[in-house]
Amino acid sequence: MESFIDHLRFLERKAVELRIATLKITTQAGAGSIGGALSVVDLLIAIYYGILPSGAILRTDPEKPGSEEQDYMVFSKGHASGALYAVLADMGFFDPDELKHYQQVNSNFQAFPTKKVPGVSVTFGGAGQGLAAAVGLALSLKKEKVRNNVFCIVGDGEMQTGDFWEAAMLASHYKLDNLKLVVDWNGLQKNGSIRSNLSVDPMSDKFESFGWKTIQVHDGHDYEALLLGLERALEIQRKPSVLIAKTLMGSGVQFAENKSTYHSRVLSEEELNEALPILEIYLESLNQNVHS
Amino acid sequence: MQFEPEIQSSTQKTVGEELIKLAGKYKNFSVFNANTATEFSLANFGKEFNERYFDFGNAISAMIGSAAGFAVRGKIPFLFGSANDLIGKNWLAIRNSLCVSQTNVKLIGAYGGMLSGQDGPFNHALEDLSLMRVVPNMKVVCPADSIEAKKALEVMMLDFGPTYLRLFSLPLPNLYSPDHKFVFGKGHIYKSGNDICIFAIGTGVHTALDAAEHLEREGRSVMVVNISSLQPIDDDLIVECAKAVNHVFTVEDHQIIGGLGSAVCEILSAEYPMKVHRIGMDGFSESARVDDLYKKFQLDGVGIAEQVMKQI
Repeated sequence: MESFIDHLRFLERKAVELRIATLKITTQAGAGSIGGALSVVDLLIAIYYGILPSGAILRTDPEKPGSEEQDYMVFSKGHASGALYAVLADMGFFDPDELKHYQQVNSNFQAFPTKKVPGVSVTFGGAGQGLAAAVGLALSLKKEKVRNNVFCIVGDGEMQTGDFWEAAMLASHYKLDNLKLVVDWNGLQKNGSIRSNLSVDPMSDKFESFGWKTIQVHDGHDYEALLLGLERALEIQRKPSVLIAKTLMGSGVQFAENKSTYHSRVLSEEELNEALPILEIYLESLNQNVHS
Repeated sequence: MQFEPEIQSSTQKTVGEELIKLAGKYKNFSVFNANTATEFSLANFGKEFNERYFDFGNAISAMIGSAAGFAVRGKIPFLFGSANDLIGKNWLAIRNSLCVSQTNVKLIGAYGGMLSGQDGPFNHALEDLSLMRVVPNMKVVCPADSIEAKKALEVMMLDFGPTYLRLFSLPLPNLYSPDHKFVFGKGHIYKSGNDICIFAIGTGVHTALDAAEHLEREGRSVMVVNISSLQPIDDDLIVECAKAVNHVFTVEDHQIIGGLGSAVCEILSAEYPMKVHRIGMDGFSESARVDDLYKKFQLDGVGIAEQVMKQI
């Protein structure tokens, strides 16, 4: 097996490759939420590609869909589907070429993921609904006494809904230690900062008082921190666990970083032409480091 | 429909901007915003009338309940949200906390119908008219253009009781001149004709007018009636128009069950039984550009004309 350092370098290259893919898909579609896609993409990569001494973080195999060995992902941050689709295509769930139909008429690749997309196992809709879907799935697995995990990624804005906290209460009531929640804490929503619109602070205390184990990651774009955090989350027993990852909206595209105006839009052709060369040069330098 | 955003305004933007103009005259209303400041251009209202502006983020269920409490002191909350969330997620609270007790709260929904396009079926509001129309005491309005939206907003300022105003995001040409009057329970014959009558609502009025042009080229005489006040509804006008033509159609960016189509059927079945053809959605939508969606589901002018020709 490659060394841990090599593995981190591999993930860092993926981060740039899949940012490029996400930007291309969304600009081509002419719609999407690029800010959130770029804040969450590293969380997706860490979960889907991350390997720990104990094995893969999320067990999945595009060759064997529906296998008993697989873990589940409930991607509640559905509006950031551009990043999820880029990851699933790269993993081999479907041909990346299909994403040219993203958000076009008669396409399975809708703005919010549905079960029609290979690799997506549950359809739900609306802010705060994803955690409830994940709780139901985790409960079902627990009753079957099978040890498959359910990962759920939510945006911090979803915590403004009551549904979210009903689901959080259920998860600890049923001691769903097979549920691993990850919060993409970018602090922004469509209309500005979450703290000024309706604050969800203090997030960690809220979860703890609801009976969850919380793990904080101060930089949600640092793969070493993410893997260590996920490793701890996987060890937690008799409680649901949540990894709260502080992230940056628009991360990797400097002019879009930390701007809520990029929440519900994509890069224009001109912006894409500005952003891509920078990412491509960076990717090239990462690749050279591997070969030297 | 014509897509010329530079010279036109959507009913959403218009209503948000109009609020500032009305705020001096009507000092009794406040704005509750569920994550739709951009959609309604509410930022300036928030700045100028800070003490009358409240952000609710995504806490949309609590927003309805809070509005019922806020209204106790005689102030009128205007609640802004995405139509599908605002109406769909909170039906029980709207029914019990606002309508049973006739609380003076106004619900303003963005993105009526499929007009959020690529946002897809989870965000498209296609059952909202139906959900609101059936609740006693609730008034339901969907203006056809910005002028009518402004008029309806001012009528709502002076009216008492819960009201749902369904708006849309697409900039469309104005159909009316500034002297147009909006009255609850009144429809308007936008264009007369004696063979086919199309009752339409919201963007449906625009597409029905497009369809009428196509049909008239085929030698048909088409009447187009704007039913912007869906509840209360203009029973008399609907019966009168039906009597004047051979064929009746309804057009709406909404499910054909429960909305305008159903309302017209309910009235005509009791007052003047005849065949009614409902044009609208009969199932869920998908994530695509609005013009592609209207084409696919035959809700653009050409598609409606084709559906009409098939039935007559």
